[in-house]
Amino acid sequence: MKFASPLESKLLFTIGPIPISQPVATTWAIMIVLTLVSWAMTRRLAHHPTRGQAAFELVVETIASQVRETMTVEPKPYLALIGTLFLFLLMANWASLIPGIEPPTATLETDAALAMIVFGATLWFGIRALGLRAYLASFAQPSILLAPLNVIELFTRSFSLMIRLFGNVMSGVFMIGVVLSLAGLLVPIPLMALEMLTGAVQAYIFSALAMVFIGSAISEAIEHPSPQQESLP
Amino acid sequence: MNWIHLVSILGAAFAIAVGAIAPALGQGRAVAAAMDAIARQPEAANTVSRTLFVGLAMIETMAIYCLVIALLLLFANPFA
Repeated sequence: MKFASPLESKLLFTIGPIPISQPVATTWAIMIVLTLVSWAMTRRLAHHPTRGQAAFELVVETIASQVRETMTVEPKPYLALIGTLFLFLLMANWASLIPGIEPPTATLETDAALAMIVFGATLWFGIRALGLRAYLASFAQPSILLAPLNVIELFTRSFSLMIRLFGNVMSGVFMIGVVLSLAGLLVPIPLMALEMLTGAVQAYIFSALAMVFIGSAISEAIEHPSPQQESLP
Repeated sequence: MNWIHLVSILGAAFAIAVGAIAPALGQGRAVAAAMDAIARQPEAANTVSRTLFVGLAMIETMAIYCLVIALLLLFANPFA
């Protein structure tokens, strides 16, 4: 019995010279759905929220409180990035519930792109909170001898972020495929339920680790806050 | 099937089998310690479980690396 390699993705169609694979198309669909739903929900915000608005406010509030507890800062500047990452990953990991669609996170390229976003965001927020000079100096903490290790860690943790998401989601898809080829009817359903749990946990862990990375990049600024930041309530 | 295929399949099986042992022990210890902490201090359950999740993910990465090595051996073997 032959299985398709999980390291390659299926080609769907080509736009000009650019081949579009199935994960890319799924990613676009998820992005469109998220954008449209968010736009539709925030179009008419009311003081006395409707049922739908209250539900979405609950989601936003939960993510904001997680950011506040993990990073111990006001969540406003980070809420957009972390919330989008979490909601996108949740939808992407649960996309396999739709028949014929594989989660885009089960391919290495999507995870690499997401890990690079977190990598860039870590640098961006670190430099914005500390200034370029102080951020570069923070790599030499606690000693200049550890600077190479700190720089290597910056890259390896992004790499492990990518591999972790890829391995977890892809192994679930692969396992369901194997079980499906052995016993078709009803047997894979408990595994798919387990896979939903894994997907939710992985979405949480990815965004939690993004929070931890960004939080560690800006931690210097939290420990020695400037007077302007202290005046905030 | 030449000997490279044979060795690759055996290597993949060994990689995932051996590589799952240590993370399993580590995760067991981590969960046990977190249970202990929650039992002693139930009001800290939120913080403990959040840290536990992140820590478990870190430990699990070791097993995931082994899985990726096994998949590389099976599907993207540079020598076969």
